[in-house]
Amino acid sequence: MTAPASQPKKVRGEPILAVENLVKHFPITRGVVFQRQIGAVRAVDGVSFDLRRGETLGIVGESGCGKSTLARLLMRLEMPTSGAATLEGRDLFAARGGELRRLRRNMQMVLQDPYTSLNPRMTVGDIIGEPFEIHPEAAPKGSRQRRVQELLDMVGLSPEHINRYPHQFSGGQRQRIGIARALALRPEVLVCDEPVSALDVSIQAQVINLLEQLQDELGLSYIFIAHDLSVVRHICDRVAVMYLGRIVELGTEEEIYQRATHPYTQALLSAVPVPDPEQRDNQNMIRLIGDVPSPANPPSGCRFRTRCWKAQDVCATQDPDTVPRAADPHPSACHFAELREPTSPS
Amino acid sequence: MRGNRPTRGSERKADTVSQSAVQPTPASPTPEGGHLLEVRDLHVEFRTGEGVAKVINGVSYHLDAGETLAVLGESGSGKSVTAQAIMGILDTPPAMIRSGQIRYQGRDLLTQSEEQRRQVRGTEIAMIFQDALSALNPTFPVGWQIGETLRQRAGMSRGDARRRAIELMELVKIPAAASRLGDYPHQFSGGMRQRVMIAMALALNPKVLIADEPTTALDVTVQAQIMDLLADLRRDLRMAMILITHDLGVVAGVADRIAVMYAGRIVEHADVRSLYRSPAHPYTKGLLESIPRLDFHGQQLSTIRGLPPNLMRIPSGCPFHPRCPYVQQVCVDVVPHDLVLGDGRTSACHFAQEVRDDRAR
Repeated sequence: MTAPASQPKKVRGEPILAVENLVKHFPITRGVVFQRQIGAVRAVDGVSFDLRRGETLGIVGESGCGKSTLARLLMRLEMPTSGAATLEGRDLFAARGGELRRLRRNMQMVLQDPYTSLNPRMTVGDIIGEPFEIHPEAAPKGSRQRRVQELLDMVGLSPEHINRYPHQFSGGQRQRIGIARALALRPEVLVCDEPVSALDVSIQAQVINLLEQLQDELGLSYIFIAHDLSVVRHICDRVAVMYLGRIVELGTEEEIYQRATHPYTQALLSAVPVPDPEQRDNQNMIRLIGDVPSPANPPSGCRFRTRCWKAQDVCATQDPDTVPRAADPHPSACHFAELREPTSPS
Repeated sequence: MRGNRPTRGSERKADTVSQSAVQPTPASPTPEGGHLLEVRDLHVEFRTGEGVAKVINGVSYHLDAGETLAVLGESGSGKSVTAQAIMGILDTPPAMIRSGQIRYQGRDLLTQSEEQRRQVRGTEIAMIFQDALSALNPTFPVGWQIGETLRQRAGMSRGDARRRAIELMELVKIPAAASRLGDYPHQFSGGMRQRVMIAMALALNPKVLIADEPTTALDVTVQAQIMDLLADLRRDLRMAMILITHDLGVVAGVADRIAVMYAGRIVEHADVRSLYRSPAHPYTKGLLESIPRLDFHGQQLSTIRGLPPNLMRIPSGCPFHPRCPYVQQVCVDVVPHDLVLGDGRTSACHFAQEVRDDRAR
């Protein structure tokens, strides 16, 4: 292996993370001693996308669509059934030992629940400083305390709080601690799995603003997983919509929110509760019937067909690819992709 | 949290009277022009190891027959505790109701005996909870759980209870209700479990339904289904409803009026449209401005600075003053009273009119 001698150029907008046809199936087994596999939960079933340097890619979908499994795969907390991912050109799933450690330094995660993701017996200083135990080269021993205080300051907490315990902080402050811990190793990519969904509205806005400010200052790239479409629109440059382990539509924030062509995206957007009573009256809601099918036994052909009002015979036999469609040039996985009429009757 | 489950023996004889309540009844007129349900100046404290937390500090609201009131607030604002006090399912201790009245059809529930309150619970006022999975018993089929209420409280036979349970499951639009009677809660999806809970709450035809964050644990598409169902039920059964939520968007289409809570007080009370168009309390205003909007891709969200207060050390004067952009000396010194703004609106702010007109510009 010959490592390139020159420093990689850090151009904004070039792909930093590339994911190619990623698949993760969890086996369903029967029997205690002789475990036979009787099926598989297709949590992630063929997902491809690029994350560009300095951008925020939102991943939205309902529970069970595989967005959190995708996050765990990207962090290499799970190994994929098949597929590939590269971070700055290096294979994420082939890396071992020292190389894996270096890769992980570059990609960190912010978790959903700030109450369970911080060890209650450790001080804030120990929590944020723990990454330096695993990656001692990231900060020399003598300078660690100062670095932790810098991090606290960066996320808007007082550096004097270094010796406090998590229970002495509120939910929003704990999420800031989680962000500081993720930033400790100066990663370039941050995977945020529902980072604000456990927080109250007024606190949520503070944490979103912090994430945006940190992105500007540090040139971070975010994968932002969430189920709240308003939050995603606010923070993301591009958005991928997932349904039953697949990306059904992928586009810029404007393409998804203004010119969605996939029926699922259209229904999802129309179901978002609008607080403004006047706008609500004009809201043209698409009511989806039923629930998401089980990922252990997804429908044949198009996975959305069981809940789709456009479904025809071809949808049951032919699985639509996520490719650009005639209606709009961004990728959409629907045979009948078309823009939604703004005044169509429901 | 289902607290105070009735014991079986005592229920059976006590409840033969209320059997007639099983038949659908039109919303009864409230006596003497009073309100159907009224909370008056309620104060609740929690005794904890670190001190006394003042969770409810003088909450008053009312509900008329057939009306929907939304109670909006963030965690710790006291919105659920008020509802639990109405239902009589607060754990006491650690909770302690210091003072106040909860009047249902003119009678104060807080002075009644546990036996009398049990007559009200379920038959007059019923409640559904946020997390249907933990509110249902995982070891019994749902049909049995819906039927339990009917057998114990309405004295129905097993066969009658079974038939009525199917009716109820059809009422809440569970597909193939008869064949799902024997399924266990884990075999239902989140949305269907919430429907089972609603069916249980409706079993005895209550006049008031309290829904505590009924859709918070659900996905948006399912959330819309449940809110539609609640709106339909309210119309068809002419129930009054209290909807507890932290998300104004969810209730905006269903609620007639909204009460906004902060630090155990109602800070603003208005109809949905006025509240959205011209909030008259700085907290409501800040809350509305900090919601990211679906039709807007922006750079900076406006925020409410600081944190909600520690309920063991509520700030002097107006509890919102440390976070308020309109703060003056009077806010630190004097607790604001509810300022009446007309059209049934109130705001607990010294500068309510200025705040309201500020927005209207």
